[in-house]
Amino acid sequence: MRKNILLIGVGGQGTILTSKILTAGLVELGFDVKMSEIHGMSQRGGSVTTQIRYGEKIYSPNIGEGEADIIVAFERSEALRGLPFLKQGGTIIVNEREIYPLPVMTGAIAYPDNIIENLQKTVGNVLFLEADRIATELGNIRAQNIVLLGALVAFLSLDGIDWSELVGEMVPPRAKELNQKAFAAGFDFYRAHTAKA
Amino acid sequence: MKIEIMTGNEAIARGAYEASCHLAAAYPGTPSTEILENIADNYADDINSRWASNEKTALEIAAGASIGGMRALAVMKHVGVNVAADPMFTLGMTGVEGGLVIVSADDPACHSSQNEQDNRLYAPHAKLAMVEASDSQECKDYVKAAFEISEKFDIPVLFRMTTRVCHAKSLVKLSDRQEVAVRKYEGNPRKYSMLPANARVRHAKREELLVELEEYACTSPLNRIEWGKSKKIGIVTSGISYQYARDVFGDEVSYLKLGLTYPLPSKLIQSFCEDVETIYVIEENEPYLENKVRALGFACVGKDRLPLLGELNTGIVRKALTDQPDPEVYKSEISAPPRPPVLCAGCPHRGYFNALRKRKRDIVAVGDIGCYALGINEPFNGFDISICMGSGFTVPIGLAEALKKQGDQRKVFGMLGDSTFFHSGMTGLVDVVHSNANVVLCILDNDITAMTGHQANPGTARSLTGEPARVVSIEAMVRATGIEEDRLRIVNPIDQTAMDAAIDAGIKAEGPFVIITQYPCALIKEVARTFVGKYCVIDQDKCTKCKSCLRIACPAIALKDGVIQIVDRQACTACGLCMQVCKFGAISKVGE
Ligand SMILES: Cc1ncc(C[n+]2csc(CCOP(=O)(O)OP(=O)(O)O)c2C)c(N)n1
Repeated sequence: MRKNILLIGVGGQGTILTSKILTAGLVELGFDVKMSEIHGMSQRGGSVTTQIRYGEKIYSPNIGEGEADIIVAFERSEALRGLPFLKQGGTIIVNEREIYPLPVMTGAIAYPDNIIENLQKTVGNVLFLEADRIATELGNIRAQNIVLLGALVAFLSLDGIDWSELVGEMVPPRAKELNQKAFAAGFDFYRAHTAKA
Repeated sequence: MKIEIMTGNEAIARGAYEASCHLAAAYPGTPSTEILENIADNYADDINSRWASNEKTALEIAAGASIGGMRALAVMKHVGVNVAADPMFTLGMTGVEGGLVIVSADDPACHSSQNEQDNRLYAPHAKLAMVEASDSQECKDYVKAAFEISEKFDIPVLFRMTTRVCHAKSLVKLSDRQEVAVRKYEGNPRKYSMLPANARVRHAKREELLVELEEYACTSPLNRIEWGKSKKIGIVTSGISYQYARDVFGDEVSYLKLGLTYPLPSKLIQSFCEDVETIYVIEENEPYLENKVRALGFACVGKDRLPLLGELNTGIVRKALTDQPDPEVYKSEISAPPRPPVLCAGCPHRGYFNALRKRKRDIVAVGDIGCYALGINEPFNGFDISICMGSGFTVPIGLAEALKKQGDQRKVFGMLGDSTFFHSGMTGLVDVVHSNANVVLCILDNDITAMTGHQANPGTARSLTGEPARVVSIEAMVRATGIEEDRLRIVNPIDQTAMDAAIDAGIKAEGPFVIITQYPCALIKEVARTFVGKYCVIDQDKCTKCKSCLRIACPAIALKDGVIQIVDRQACTACGLCMQVCKFGAISKVGE
């Protein structure tokens, strides 16, 4: 068994912390784990990706096109950028959040409409998640990444460790409760979604 | 035994600690930067670590420690090795006392670099031993081995990494630190004073030791053969390429996985190549291993099918060397909007570029490497030329002569940041002053080395390890070169009146003129704290939608839902640049 996960978002959205918590959990579960990310311009509002692979034995730390079992897009249009990496039959979780890149802000180009409809047309398994709204309601939009993590862990059926405790250990102490709630919200959202389907 | 998941950079730091490295020096540069940061954060009690002002000084500091008996580490990105090449080549002749390891972090595909260069070629050229790791465990283990090789064969070791090894995480088994004492300094002028008579002797000695080292490389555990189910295909590889090869071919083929890659183990390569039917050489960039295999008289598949440019990955290797089909890929009817990196909200460089743009017709600008490199993009198109660190102050000298010769009246401006000034801008300033060059030099001082993630530099009041440090004054240095009061402007770049006046004075001046902009990077934590709760607002009754404020390309301002608005109050620092460009007084600050 080998699983490939791609996280894609915009600098500052917390993809790096998300992948840290996820990989810590995977290590605790006894998997061989590799993770690859490109730093550099991430703080300057560029697109950021993190690739995580786990299984019995992992060689390459990065994922090629058509190889990701699941993509988590932290920003709506970034889902389109990540799409070529998705394996046939793979799942894509999309955060509702829109962050305008500069050419859109200045009006030079338009932000694409109907992203979700388009994805649904192309890919079977699309889960649209209002992680930003859920996190805001829980107290701080910055916990949106942990809402997405909850959904991802539910998708991967990674039972056997206390994820909530792990989240609590790995976020700043004052944000512990908020993030644990955020994790649970994402987790439950995914379970409820699949129960319906 | 404790197992941790670590990046290659974290593992290098850990390996240095376990190997009892005593001193580490570096100049930051992606993808190498976190190595020293990790050493400072986690092993400060055992390893004396510091930022140097450039890679040459970093290597020389490490060399001094090594000659003095310490185990020493110097760390840099690939282009940093070019800067450090002068001492590095001669250290290849002198050899070492305490082990000396030089980390070169290469960046195939130029993720965050101004060029693509394969630093493996430095090892034979400078006559250094070379080690390459393919994952984090090897990073840690091989650093320890590198220190031992360095001492045993009296040679500096080039530890060659690439972006994917530096920044990928994998599992690492930790060990304890094995104390190695600092060797007593005896002094050995004949070995370490490289005058011609001594240098000739050392060169002969180096050649002897390289023969011994190659013998060792043939049996070293860093070079291993992994026999697979068949000997039909034999793969010769090193570094991250090994992982891609493994992903594609699994246990079906056999591998010669090389970790000690200079001197290359001829006998080992020969015996492996004789044992297999077809040889594939899988490596990124230059045909370094391939040339060796061919020189030993074996035909092989290599760069004839694999690309010379950029990185490899599993897909590229699969496509080039097998007839397995590419995986199918989803395509959507719409595509993602481009998301270029931009100057942050509150960035002082924006004020500089906005003012520069107003005088575009009178100026030819030369840039440099740093956050201000983003000023080349729309809407500023802030400079024409950018070569390497420091060149922002020296290329203008020659360019101004060229323009003069063809009657082009425009004034040449050069720009670089505070860290770059200390790195290699100071000497350019001296050239400008001494040759009375008719150029304007701009030092964009934001109090930090921002581009690589906020490292201290000689202008910062703290060191790598967080201790208070003496600040070297850029202004005092500029004045010391002989720049008089009327040839110097020190301005807040956000203040457009002052900035415009400084640029105009620079255009009018005859001979050297210096502008220092002073305003801190908005991402510095202590600075960011002062912005909390402050932001700008746009009065929609006064806004005429002229879009002047959008033309400063601030990520906090956008045209959204038909109105121009501050879309990101958290990012907005209320720097006030947009207020100055608004002719209708529609923008004001809140929260002051
Ligand atoms: C020889 C060399 N070493 C290191 C780097 C990596 N690097 C790029 S820009 C930069 C520093 C920029 O700092 P500064 O000049 O203060 O400008 P800022 O980014 O703060 O605006 C560094 C270290 C490089 N490109 N070349």
